[in-house]
Amino acid sequence: MDAIYQLMETLLPFDWAEFHYMKNALLAVLLITPLFGLVGTMVVNNRMSFFSDALGHSALTGIAIGVLMGVDNYLFSMLGFALLFALGISAVLDSGNSSADTIIGVFSSTGLALGVVLLSASGGFAKYSSYLIGDILTVQPSEILLLLFVLLGVLVIWFFFFNKLLLVSINPDLAASKDIRVRLIQKLFVIIVAVIVTVSIKWVGVLIINSLLVLPAASARNVARSMRGYHGIAVLISVVSGVAGLILSYYCGTAAGGTIVLLAAAAFFVTFLVNRFRSRA
Amino acid sequence: MMATAECKCSVQIRDVSVKKGGEALLEHVSFDVHHGEIMALIGRNGAGKTTLLKALLGRIPYTGEICFSDPNGNPVRKPHIGYVPQNLVFDRSAPVTAADLLCANDEHRPVWFGYRKRRMDQAAELLRTVGAQPDLLRKRLGTLSGGELQRVLLAFALTPRPDLLLLDEPVSAVDRKGIGAFYELVTTMRREHNMPVLLVSHDLSHVEAYATRAVVLDRTVLLCGDVAKVMASREVREIFGLPKGGNR
Repeated sequence: MDAIYQLMETLLPFDWAEFHYMKNALLAVLLITPLFGLVGTMVVNNRMSFFSDALGHSALTGIAIGVLMGVDNYLFSMLGFALLFALGISAVLDSGNSSADTIIGVFSSTGLALGVVLLSASGGFAKYSSYLIGDILTVQPSEILLLLFVLLGVLVIWFFFFNKLLLVSINPDLAASKDIRVRLIQKLFVIIVAVIVTVSIKWVGVLIINSLLVLPAASARNVARSMRGYHGIAVLISVVSGVAGLILSYYCGTAAGGTIVLLAAAAFFVTFLVNRFRSRA
Repeated sequence: MMATAECKCSVQIRDVSVKKGGEALLEHVSFDVHHGEIMALIGRNGAGKTTLLKALLGRIPYTGEICFSDPNGNPVRKPHIGYVPQNLVFDRSAPVTAADLLCANDEHRPVWFGYRKRRMDQAAELLRTVGAQPDLLRKRLGTLSGGELQRVLLAFALTPRPDLLLLDEPVSAVDRKGIGAFYELVTTMRREHNMPVLLVSHDLSHVEAYATRAVVLDRTVLLCGDVAKVMASREVREIFGLPKGGNR
C-alpha cells in the first residue's frame, strides 16, 4: 500500500493528495465508478433503475439485521438481505400478477421502513444516519481490496456473459430462441446489481447510490450509437465525475457522494442538450 | 428406427397442452413439421398460435413432447430455432446497432469489446443473403424501417443454421412489395437448405401461395394436411368468414 501511496504522491503533487484518506478515497472512486458505469448500462437498458433504488433502500434493513445479530461488519448481513430481497422481487415479478413498478415500490418501502424501525428500536437511528449519504473519506485499504475483487469479478462476468445479457435485454423471446436461459441470466444480473450496491453503500450512501448507477449510463444513452460507444461513454462520465467530484468536494468542503452525483447529473443535461441539438441539425 | 429414418420429420409435436390459471390455452396438440416444407399455422385470434410458438421456444411450461430430428432422422437434443417475431417489442431508443445484435448472436467476445473484422464481414454477407444492405450494420435497431428490421431479424434467425425456422406473421410491418420478396427468400431457403419452416399467418393468400402444408388450430388441431385441401375445408371457411363452396 505504501508503494501505491508514494506513486500517487509523485504523480499527484497537489494539496489534497497529501492526505492518506484522500488517496484511499481516490483509489476507491477509481474502482467504484467504472463498476457503476459498466453495470449501469444494463440497469438503464433493462429499465431497472427503480429496482436498484429499492436495493439501496434494503441496505438499511440489512444493517439492522447485522446490529441485531451483534456483528461488527454489516457487509455480510447487508449482502445476505440484499440477495434475498433482489431474488424475492425477481420471483414475484416472474409470477407476472402485478405490474413491476407496484411490486418494486412495495418491496422498496418495506425495506426502508423495516430498516428504520429496527435501527431506531436498537438504540437510535442517528448512529446509522451516515449510511444515508455515505462517506467515501472513511474507506480503508482492506475495503479498497474488496472493491478491486468485486470490479475484477464483474469484469469477468461482463466479458463472458455480456452478449447473452444484451440479447435478453433486447427481447427475452428472441434470446430464448438462441437457447439462452433467460431467467438464469436475469437472476445473474440481479445478483450483480445487489452485490455492487451493497459493497459500495457505506461510501456512497443509500440516498444517492442509485444516481451513481443510473446517471452515467443515462447520459451515455443520449449520445451513444452503439454498445461499444455506450459502454465507453458511460464509464468515462462515471470516472470523470467521480474523480472531479472528489477533488471538488475537498476544496468546497462538501459531501463527496453528493458532489459526484451533481457532476454526473450535469453530464446528463449536457448530453441531453447535445442529443437535442444533433437531432435538429 | 426405419420409420424414423424414412420420415422427414424435423419437429414432432406430441400431445402438447398448456394451462394458465386453470384455463386450457392448448389441448392435446399433435402434428409434425417436415424438413423442406413450409407449414402454415392458421387460426382465429386467441386460438393458441403464439402460445404454441412460446412452448416451442421453451418460454412456457407445457405437458407433452416436442422432439427435433436432423435430416437423417437423428434426434437433436439442443435444437437451434430461428425465430422472427411478429412485432419485436424492444426499446427503440437503446444504443444497439444491427451489428451488435448479429455479433452478440454468435460470438463469445462481448460486443462492447469491439468486433472482429471477419465477423463483421460475415454479418454483412448474411445481410446480403436476406436482401438487405450491409450498411444497416451501423444503424441502430430503433431507426430501421419495418422491412429492414424484419430482414435483420431473419439474418439473426439464420445463424446458426436453424433446425426450425419460426416465422410469426413475418410480414406484418412490411410493405406489399417487400412481402413478396420476403416470401420468395423464405421459399429459396426451404429449397436450398431443406429447412423446415413454421409460418404463423393471417393472410390466407400468402399461405396458399407459399406454404406447402397447413394446420388449423383452435386450442387443439382442427385440421392438418396439404395446403390446398386445408384451404378448401369447411373449418377454414368458417373461421375466416369465407363464402361456403367456390374459390376465394
